[in-house]
Amino acid sequence: MSTRRIFARPARYAAIAPYLWMALFFLVPFGIVVKISLSQTAIAQPPYTPVFELGEGWEAFKAAFEQLSLDNFRLLVSDNLYILSYLRSLVVAVTSTLILLVIGYPIAYGMARLPQRWQGIAMILVIVPFWTSFLIRIYAWINILQHDGLLNRILLALHLVSEPVAWLSTDTAMYIGIVYSYLPFMILPLYATLAKMDRALLEAAEDLGASPLKAFWLVTFPLSLPGVGAGILLCFIPIVGEFVIPDLLAGSNSLMIGQTLWLEFFTNKDWPVASAVAIALLVLLVPPLVLYDRLQRRQVEGGR
Amino acid sequence: MARTVNRLSRFNMTALALGLAFLYLPIVILVIFSFNASRLVNVWGGWSLRWYIEFFNDRAMLQAAWMSLRVAAVSATLATLLGTLAAIGLARGERFAGRALFSGMLYSPLVMPEVISGLSLLLLFVALNAERGFWTVTIAHTTLTMCFVTVVVQSRLTSLDRSLEEAAMDLGCNPVKAFLMVTLPLIIPAIVAAWMLAFTLSLDDLVIASFTTGPGSATLPIRIYSEVRLGVKPEINAICTLFIALITVLIVLASFASKLSSSQGESAAPL
Repeated sequence: MSTRRIFARPARYAAIAPYLWMALFFLVPFGIVVKISLSQTAIAQPPYTPVFELGEGWEAFKAAFEQLSLDNFRLLVSDNLYILSYLRSLVVAVTSTLILLVIGYPIAYGMARLPQRWQGIAMILVIVPFWTSFLIRIYAWINILQHDGLLNRILLALHLVSEPVAWLSTDTAMYIGIVYSYLPFMILPLYATLAKMDRALLEAAEDLGASPLKAFWLVTFPLSLPGVGAGILLCFIPIVGEFVIPDLLAGSNSLMIGQTLWLEFFTNKDWPVASAVAIALLVLLVPPLVLYDRLQRRQVEGGR
Repeated sequence: MARTVNRLSRFNMTALALGLAFLYLPIVILVIFSFNASRLVNVWGGWSLRWYIEFFNDRAMLQAAWMSLRVAAVSATLATLLGTLAAIGLARGERFAGRALFSGMLYSPLVMPEVISGLSLLLLFVALNAERGFWTVTIAHTTLTMCFVTVVVQSRLTSLDRSLEEAAMDLGCNPVKAFLMVTLPLIIPAIVAAWMLAFTLSLDDLVIASFTTGPGSATLPIRIYSEVRLGVKPEINAICTLFIALITVLIVLASFASKLSSSQGESAAPL
């Protein structure tokens, strides 16, 4: 026990450098986003008027504090564009997370039921696509879904449709892209809990007369809930802020919040509004992020 | 009884097979069509290396690829260093002030939407008056990928048998020496796998690089993205195939490393 104590101090010193790094490059930037979301748009470089400079002392800080403007946030609430894109992001994230759960669960279940030596291979096969580029995977689907793409060719050859279907720039294409990209994130946590499960419990349920379906519903599913939760969070949080997939696959008539932020920043060069959009998105994500943090800590650090 | 189990497992196998087909078919199609001689992306015109030659004559694309490789190599190395230190602090540091904040800062970037991380880092660089280009992208990627490194190395450290460290210290090693001589050799495979993960994540990233790079220093994903927005081009298929080939090589090396690690102890981290 005492040796552990002796170990703890140098280990804590090891944390100093990464601690400072994350404070500077993760924490401080959020402060700056908050600050800029409260400032005015200007046609200049950088395109905003700073509300306060930290070097000017407390008086200047106080004077500046009175000038802080909530205009950008007022704009967010009053303009339909923003509210609609928040709602759309939520709808898309909830819908695709549900689809992912329905598709991912049977796959994870199948993996967990494989003979032991096949499970490792199946896991690698699921992880590999996660390592290949997001952009490439979306591009692969553009290949398939475009006007004279493979899908339309097959459908035409089978006489299932009489003319090519416009798949690209639709919500269907976007959902395919999201499900395709995030599937490993759903399968892996589900598999992790399902593989650990004691099969004797299922056998006991069946011996006591439960049908396989009932046994699944009363025993397997409740026991897999931690994995379900982790999978849902791992998919839901990043999908809400997704930019690349809707930008390349969905139509441009309704935007997700990540696209709106991108548009404000790169096209309209309105940094304060982009910052306000980011803050509002972050506020939306705080509850699931806190849940996720707790889950992750429990998983990585074991029973601590 | 046996029959129901059988039927269930047939259902399982079908789900698994369909799932894997769904994951791999689009990539396989992309790779096959990169060897297509025809200019029309979906009309087969025979096998050819034409689009690969096109890529190797495309200066702007090559420049972007070189930039991406450099950023990935430097940021993965920095991230591995910092992430491993963070993992040691979290796994062996017991309690310390600000521990919850520290782990929160390290875990939340794993799921944080990239638009937020990208925007906030850019605003920091502007506030610091830093010239945007290679180093700003590298710092941004280091910040993101060190969190993945931390998780991989930390889960390896927590699964390790601590009595080895304690034995070394009972035999007269000081903690630092015990760590370097006993623990470090055991977690090296996890560190190697974490470096490769960081490398590929950096190579992949579009959103954060778009925010933090400057004029004239586009990364490969940024170039690919601007080409893809204009439509499908066979040259992009060739680039993507090279990309996939590189990553496959890295994965084979990483799984080799983790096999080494699991033969020395318990199984390696899931990533």
